Amino acid sequence: MTTGLDPIAATCPMPLAETERVLLGHGSGGQLMAELLADLTPRLGAPMLDDAALVTTGAPEVVMSTDGFVVTPRFFPGGDIGSLAVHGTVNDLAMMGAAPVALSLAYIIEEGLPLDELRRITTSVAEAARACGVRVVTGDTKVVGRGAADGLYVTTTGIGVRLPGAAPAASNGRPEDAVLLSGPIGLHGVTVLSTREGLGFESELASDSRPLHRLVAAMITAGGRGVHAMRDATRGGLASALNELAAASHTGVELEEPVIPVPAQVAAACDLLGLDPMHVANEGCLVAFVDPARADVVLAAMRERPEGAAATRIGTVVADHPGRVTMRTLVGSHRVVDMLVGEQLPRIC
Amino acid sequence: MKYLAEYRDPVLARRLVAEIRAAATRPWSIMEVCGGQTHTIVRQGIDELIPVRMVHGPGCPVCVTPLATIDRALAIAARPEVIFTSFGDMLRVPGSGADLLSAKARGADVRVVYSPLDAVRLAAAHPDRQVVFFAVGFETTAPANAMAVLCAAEERLDNFSVLVSHVLVPPAMTAIMESASGRGRDGGRSPTGVGNSIDAFLAAGHVCAVMGWTEYEPLALRYRVPIVVTGFEPLDLLEGILMAVRQLEEGRFEVENQYARAVRRTGNTFAQDAVRRVFRVGDQTWRGIGEIPASGLVLAPEFIDYDAALRFGVGGVSADENPDCIAGDILRGTGTPLDCAAYGTVCTPRRPLGAPMVSAEGTCAAFHNAGRTRQEMS
Repeated sequence: MTTGLDPIAATCPMPLAETERVLLGHGSGGQLMAELLADLTPRLGAPMLDDAALVTTGAPEVVMSTDGFVVTPRFFPGGDIGSLAVHGTVNDLAMMGAAPVALSLAYIIEEGLPLDELRRITTSVAEAARACGVRVVTGDTKVVGRGAADGLYVTTTGIGVRLPGAAPAASNGRPEDAVLLSGPIGLHGVTVLSTREGLGFESELASDSRPLHRLVAAMITAGGRGVHAMRDATRGGLASALNELAAASHTGVELEEPVIPVPAQVAAACDLLGLDPMHVANEGCLVAFVDPARADVVLAAMRERPEGAAATRIGTVVADHPGRVTMRTLVGSHRVVDMLVGEQLPRIC
Repeated sequence: MKYLAEYRDPVLARRLVAEIRAAATRPWSIMEVCGGQTHTIVRQGIDELIPVRMVHGPGCPVCVTPLATIDRALAIAARPEVIFTSFGDMLRVPGSGADLLSAKARGADVRVVYSPLDAVRLAAAHPDRQVVFFAVGFETTAPANAMAVLCAAEERLDNFSVLVSHVLVPPAMTAIMESASGRGRDGGRSPTGVGNSIDAFLAAGHVCAVMGWTEYEPLALRYRVPIVVTGFEPLDLLEGILMAVRQLEEGRFEVENQYARAVRRTGNTFAQDAVRRVFRVGDQTWRGIGEIPASGLVLAPEFIDYDAALRFGVGGVSADENPDCIAGDILRGTGTPLDCAAYGTVCTPRRPLGAPMVSAEGTCAAFHNAGRTRQEMS
């Protein structure tokens, strides 16, 4: 060894540099993978996650849901792929009237993803789960070669227990039910789109990504079995959610266009891009069919929660035209509100 | 963006509907030229509220782009060195075999851009690739497309080119008025009672924002037909219709401007200059209508190096339309989608046979999206 060498400069920089990105070896099941998991799992507030977890609920009805997340960009105003993956599954459970109990978390990582990004996303998963009051109890990590995936895909599976007195199901809508919407539409889709490279317009919008299970609990406390059917208006937007509920319930739906809350910036962006706000995705917005006798108390209960502060009644369930959603337009005419055809905005969730 | 809610006010809209009802003593036929106007009319159901026959015009740029041009685009996009860029609507327009979306799924590098200048930037960023922009549209998109060519020339980008299919509105209006049933109440009738005897036109506001309306003044005089330059919001259209009805009732035939907040008589002369530098007026084939003399724009000789059709040698590609599609009748206003046996059956927005079913501005897609069915009409 040469004398007078700076001991810091003498340390080999190579392994350090390599650990800054995810390598194929991180998914090999060997030592690198153990290092990666030892780095990530404490961020989830768990010591080490096992391949499976025992979950005791004590409830007679357990609800289960799973969802994959491929949103690009992975970070956007109002959230990221990690928080979105928690909210998405928590909300799917909530639409069945369930409070979330446990989540699994699976990553499919493209070789080369900056490790720091993975840490940030994992921390975001943990924070979102904590805010929802749900634990991440098991997980999985896979790494695929460059080009075999785009950065990171996240899958969450959740189990929850049905709230006492809750019985919502997509097929439970009945004629004369009130159609209640929890908040303004189009925020998530337009935010993600405006964040994408090369779009050339800027906005101050943020995604509405947030958990809805506490809002649902408030609705069920107020309305009980009068809350007939619920759906979060994610991909395909409010139009798809309503069409799905109408089809499952064998009822029609009549909406009033002037009362549907479309934020001015969403309306403007949709006009520029030729999109229909009714088809744009939301991640923190639900629509419910509620017994007309309970609609006012349910609406009041929704408005008391921050995520339902702008809740409003947008229409009525009807016996006519089962499976069809129609809208009384601004000028007082009628049109059918159909599901989105094909792709509007790819990879928004 | 301001000025949206103001033009979507339900109370004012209903008042204008009542005024049109009171003013119209006959079922006048009014053609809205632009597909954006068709979209608003059908989406809002305006045509079902008023005692006026709205005839949907040829003003959807996606719809009138010839099949052969789509096939040329597909041939260019299939080349490995090409990044093919386009507005989103064009990707789903069926050529004679496939569309650009399915070419993309098979590996072609097809990208949606929101401005032709984005395509120029792509070319600068990828000097090893050939970037082609699909330059389609009416006078509205011509200035931005011209600017893209001028920018590429200034930056000496030899890997940028445009596949041009530009159409002009006034020659199309002339062709409609000159067609056999173009004038007079006993013109050709379709099974739904819609002929193309046109009593008045709503001219396309955005086209006029660029070009002004001086070109329309001789048309109004020659064919004794009112022309109202009209915007795209519900209140714009209702006001434009009301102005046209009042002219008809009073026996006037003038060019009036409803869209005063965006349109001046002489238009945007800066934009016109850019178009004149890059393009020349030429004969143009309109999908479904055929060739109309002097109705399109082609690259001027000094910019011919930017012609993608020449650069990639696809100028000779030609194609035949699907015989079941009545897009021509629809674009001329002599038929509606409800006259077409394929509408809603073999031709849907999911599997379009013809272009008017593709773009949101296409009449067939506008009808289909608003849930209009053949059964409901019969």
